[in-house]
Amino acid sequence: MQLFLPLIIGILFSAGFYLLLRRNLLKVILGIALVAHAANLLIFTMGGLKTTRPPIIAESKKMIEGLVTDPLPQALILTAIVIGFGVQVFALILARRLYQQTGISDINAVKNSDVNTEQVEKDGSL
Amino acid sequence: MELLLMLLAVFALAALAPLLYSFTRGNTGWLLAIFPFMLTAYLLLNIPQTMTGHSVQFDWMWIHGLDIHLAFYLDGLSLIFSILVTGIGGLILLFTGQYLGNAGLIGRFYSYLLLFMGSMLGLLWASDLITLFVFWELTSISSYLLIGYNHEDEQSRRAALQALLITAGGGLLLLAGFLLLAQIGGSFSFHILRSSGRSIQHHALYPLILILILFGAFTKSAQFPFHFWLPNAMKAPTPVSAFLHSATMVKAGIYLLARLNPVLGQTELWHMLISTTGAVTMLMGAILAIRQVDLKKILAYSTISALGTLVLLMGLDTKAAFKAALVFLLVHSFYKGALFMITGAIDHSTGSRDIRHLSNLKKSMPMLSVSLILASFSLAGLPPLLGFISKELVYEAKLQAPNAAWLITSFGVLANMLMVALAATIVLRPVFSGKSGVAVKHPPSAFLLVGPIILSALGLVVGLYPQMIAASLLEPALIAIQAEVTTIKLALWHGVNPVLLLSLLTFLGGVIIYILTRLYPDHFKKPLLSQVMKADTMYDDALDKFLKLAKQITLFIQHGNLRYYLFVTLLTISGLLLFYLLTEQMAITLPVLAEIRVSDMTLLVLILLSALMMVLTGSRILAIVALGVIGYAVALIFFSYGAPDLAMTQFSIETLSIIVFVLVLRKLPKFSRLSGRLSKTRDAFIALLLGGIITVISFLVMHQQPTKEASTFFTENSYTAAKGKNIVNVILVDFRALDTLGEITVLAIAAIGIVGMLKLKNQKGTSSP
Repeated sequence: MQLFLPLIIGILFSAGFYLLLRRNLLKVILGIALVAHAANLLIFTMGGLKTTRPPIIAESKKMIEGLVTDPLPQALILTAIVIGFGVQVFALILARRLYQQTGISDINAVKNSDVNTEQVEKDGSL
Repeated sequence: MELLLMLLAVFALAALAPLLYSFTRGNTGWLLAIFPFMLTAYLLLNIPQTMTGHSVQFDWMWIHGLDIHLAFYLDGLSLIFSILVTGIGGLILLFTGQYLGNAGLIGRFYSYLLLFMGSMLGLLWASDLITLFVFWELTSISSYLLIGYNHEDEQSRRAALQALLITAGGGLLLLAGFLLLAQIGGSFSFHILRSSGRSIQHHALYPLILILILFGAFTKSAQFPFHFWLPNAMKAPTPVSAFLHSATMVKAGIYLLARLNPVLGQTELWHMLISTTGAVTMLMGAILAIRQVDLKKILAYSTISALGTLVLLMGLDTKAAFKAALVFLLVHSFYKGALFMITGAIDHSTGSRDIRHLSNLKKSMPMLSVSLILASFSLAGLPPLLGFISKELVYEAKLQAPNAAWLITSFGVLANMLMVALAATIVLRPVFSGKSGVAVKHPPSAFLLVGPIILSALGLVVGLYPQMIAASLLEPALIAIQAEVTTIKLALWHGVNPVLLLSLLTFLGGVIIYILTRLYPDHFKKPLLSQVMKADTMYDDALDKFLKLAKQITLFIQHGNLRYYLFVTLLTISGLLLFYLLTEQMAITLPVLAEIRVSDMTLLVLILLSALMMVLTGSRILAIVALGVIGYAVALIFFSYGAPDLAMTQFSIETLSIIVFVLVLRKLPKFSRLSGRLSKTRDAFIALLLGGIITVISFLVMHQQPTKEASTFFTENSYTAAKGKNIVNVILVDFRALDTLGEITVLAIAAIGIVGMLKLKNQKGTSSP
């Protein structure tokens, strides 16, 4: 079972990085989503994956008995999933706004946004 | 403790000064002056204690792990400097009240002045290198604020920035020197460093430390080649020039040299570097001073010359030199403070500072003229003023110089001749010549006069009774530097000896130079030593080039192209990880294929196909569907490896994000072919490279035995401490609840941003749906 998770992580990272390097805004956002999945799985493998028993204490017990999966990476990933969602949606709406306002969908066309802030402020747009 | 309280009181007063000003207006100056005078009284009362060699101390552990203390002490050396700071500071506050009147931001001006006074006292009292450094920088900052007080004048702003860059730049080198010094000396405390002076001087790093610290001292005390900021700093209102840039702040470098002499002094290098710099600065300042016509500029350059003399004396490093330096320090602060205030008063009354325009002041301003004459006599070193005594002592020290005594002495005699000529220049024509005299708009009031009169009178009184400062101020200060008890005898008349002959020679030479300047005035206005004078323009060039370079670097790094940022980031990570993989020898045991489950295999194929679909498809909806498939597949992986909470979260979040994607899709651009084949190949190469490396890394990670202290703690205490049976949930809401709060905050901020973007009116003024 240990061969297959690294492969999945590698596939997701590769596809994610490739999409991040596209010029289309939507593809970049899809890339962010893929990289987030890959990163979550990478953290997940840190737990060791020695067993498949969830870290839940049995009804009648006070302590875990026997081997369970590592709860710490799971807690971290849970947070990461939710924040990843927030980032994704924010990026998506930002892209929508940009496209609606300027008609730009090509990342290269907005590369000078830092330099031209004064101009934008003067125009009163965005 | 009382030292700290006094410092805090000064800073508190600085903070309150603008408020006070809004109530008391024109009376603020003398009201604020009360406190410095009280401090002066306190310091004077401390004289008996310092005479016995004791010092007031305060020590508080500031940063424990680094052994940095906020520590102060008051010994003979800091006492003599602090009396100058508080005494002259009080007089300056009196003066300011009249001089600036009610113009503009005067409350703020008082605030800066007091801020400076507090910083300077902190610097003088510090007994810890870091404490000293903090206050050192504070004096630079308050000097910046004061020089730039007329902030609407571009020249003022430039001068302020220049002073700050030069002194704070030197300050950075000083800090480096302090850190090295503390490292090899074993402590930041002067007391400890003092006792390990010999071992520090034999250390290999000693030359570097000395040079770094000298940069700090020389920039602060305006030594060649950093002298040019001081004349420019004369853009500041005159009280500032009198207080900071002649009497106190610029002496901080001298103070530092005196303070560190027991640690770093008595070496060949100390002697050579410091006395050479001092001698050059001394002569150059005097030569430049004689060429000026603006009273303030004359005083500025003669201050540079005086600072050069003091530095030279520090460099001579003999008992006679320190004695001469202490007396010269006092006398210079007296006469230079007085002369600056007189200049300010003349400027205030007549509207001019040009010596060619001033005439017959004896009639229009008799009191001011008397103090001008007294102060100038001190400057020229004429008996019976303190200036004479100090000049004799300085000559004596120079004659006894360990190396090149004749050269140093002749430099000194030449500089002093120029001082005599200078004194004649600022007294003879402005005070005595002319019949009608310059028009006086309004005669100087009492508060404008009190400072100059007191300071110039001090020069006379102490000159007549020099023994009054010998035992009370000079001896304790000398003990603080040299750590041995000395008796000092000061007198006006020593009989006929070489020093007296030198004095006579100086006077005659000065008179001749003065006559020459009157006969051939044009000759003295020609640019001289043009390369040396160009330091100011070189500063401009250097600053300009530096800013251009910074801009180029910024434009190179921050080019604004997202893809190139990503290239750099991804390739850097690849490089680092590859380096790690190639250098670390790790046995990769290939896992046995039999361990692969059919369900795992299915998920792998599913994810691979979906990822390919996302990368290759030209349809947006297909890409989003593929993303959804991957999300659910990841959820299944979580589920099958014992993480039901993750699986549930992943399912619901994935569903939500697909919905959002589809909703927004309508408003988003279609996919289009933007990149050529070449760039696609390049991107695919980078993506596969880093993806492959991460695959290998995660293999290795899974073969490591991770430490699980935190996990074990959470597992064991989940029920007993937090009463929860689902350990992941307990971590989220209990053990690491603050993280979850942070997560919620992030979501809330994202939500606010999203609502803002949706509600924002677009360019055409219509609200977007």
